[in-house]
Amino acid sequence: MNGGASLLFDAPGPRARLRNHLLTAVALVALLAIAWFVYSRFDEKGQWRAEIWEPFLRPTTWTNFIVPGLIGTLKAAALGAVFALFFGAIFGLARLSDHRWVRIPAGVVVEVFRAIPLLLLIFFVFYLLPSVLGGGDYTLIAVVVGLTLYNGSVLAEIIRAGVLAVPRGQSEAAYAIGLRKTGVLWRILLPQAITAMMPAIVSQLVVLLKDTALGYIIAYVDLLNFGFKIIPPNFPGSLIPAAIVIGIIYIGLNMLLSALATWLERRSRRSRKSAARPIGLSAVPGPAGAGVGQL
Amino acid sequence: MDELIEYAPDLLAGFAENLKLSAVCGVLSLIFGTILVGIRVSPTPVLRAAGTAYVNIARNTPLTLVLAFSSLGLSDQIGLIFSDEPSTNGFWLVVLGLTAYTSTFVCESLRSGINTVPFGQAEAARAIGLTFLQSLSLIILPQAFRAVIAPLGNVMIAMIKNTTVAIAAGYLADVAFVMKDTFDTTGVSIPIFLGIVVAFMVVVLPIGFLTGWLAKRLAVAR
Repeated sequence: MNGGASLLFDAPGPRARLRNHLLTAVALVALLAIAWFVYSRFDEKGQWRAEIWEPFLRPTTWTNFIVPGLIGTLKAAALGAVFALFFGAIFGLARLSDHRWVRIPAGVVVEVFRAIPLLLLIFFVFYLLPSVLGGGDYTLIAVVVGLTLYNGSVLAEIIRAGVLAVPRGQSEAAYAIGLRKTGVLWRILLPQAITAMMPAIVSQLVVLLKDTALGYIIAYVDLLNFGFKIIPPNFPGSLIPAAIVIGIIYIGLNMLLSALATWLERRSRRSRKSAARPIGLSAVPGPAGAGVGQL
Repeated sequence: MDELIEYAPDLLAGFAENLKLSAVCGVLSLIFGTILVGIRVSPTPVLRAAGTAYVNIARNTPLTLVLAFSSLGLSDQIGLIFSDEPSTNGFWLVVLGLTAYTSTFVCESLRSGINTVPFGQAEAARAIGLTFLQSLSLIILPQAFRAVIAPLGNVMIAMIKNTTVAIAAGYLADVAFVMKDTFDTTGVSIPIFLGIVVAFMVVVLPIGFLTGWLAKRLAVAR
């Protein structure tokens, strides 16, 4: 938007400026009206009472409830991320194999797990494990396994796309100087592919972090669970303040990760170390792409 | 296999709820997403900032939080009630949360589509005297839509899969809830799980293929 001009409108002249000022005023009034409506609705129900917000100023609330919840969320996210990266690397590379008996099963696994709603996967694992392994607390395992299978499949596609994004000349040159298949992959293709797919991987990790909240439904003790099930009984009436506080924490974490992805994308676009063009943040090609993107 | 046959009517009824939710949320989120993208590229900085803030907030909040908040927060605490019938109320709360969430992704897809429209198109539109809304609705958005059919298809597929999270909004009728309920009584059943997976794939895969085919067919030749 340099100089006020953009794709859709010119730098405004006197009449357009007047109209824009008018529109700004109308928009401001409308936004203030919405804000006032929300405020008064909350006020009516006593949501601004000091005593339901006050607990969040006490350090003990943070040490007893919010930090343990955050640790639960981050633990599931970290475990899920590590396993999903492993899963993605193995299946992504398997899909690139020259052998049909490796490529096709890997492709089927990736496509199937991408098409299954994550919550169903988590439910299934959650109910399957006790009947196989006996009683116990399987909430964390169910969440991590679900996150691994789903996000691992998406990451597999990203990794495959990353390797395919390296120009053919690179692998041809590598074969020409006498490297074998493994050498071409590990020394030539992957180092360049990783630069190209880093932003897409990080933004998939944002999805993974958001999806840990599904653990709430099977009563995994994460941030959402503390906010909605554990804090309100301890501080009566404080559900909405708790929801807002944990919402801010989630948004902050995700925006930090998204900013990292954008920074990585800009960096790899500038860098000349890799011949591969960076893979778009949400554009993973694939037949019947089963809902890839930041959802 | 017996469990799948025995519970098939319940599961189908549950899956029908997912399809109903998908249809309503799909239409609404496409409409709101389009309005939102109009706000995000508008010449009024205040509107632009408000649109950007909304998109960033809704997009970075877990859907489970959005849906649980719309039920436990908005409905129970603030008194937002669509209907006295709990199941109808739950349905519309899910629609509210899922639409609020999905329309931000529709908006972002469309915005990346707007970026693919060449500068000359907008300049020509202004040169023949079209106003902002006219050039947006007659020139820019039609081309932007055609550029992002495949990503929009992905957004819709993800939305269909996300209808299973309805359970977080206390809407206990969709197929995920029916599956959980069945597992509670009969124990885990692999055929039931596979049956539901197949049902989702039957809906989701054709949408992927269709949008992929449409994207190629309707691509703007440049």
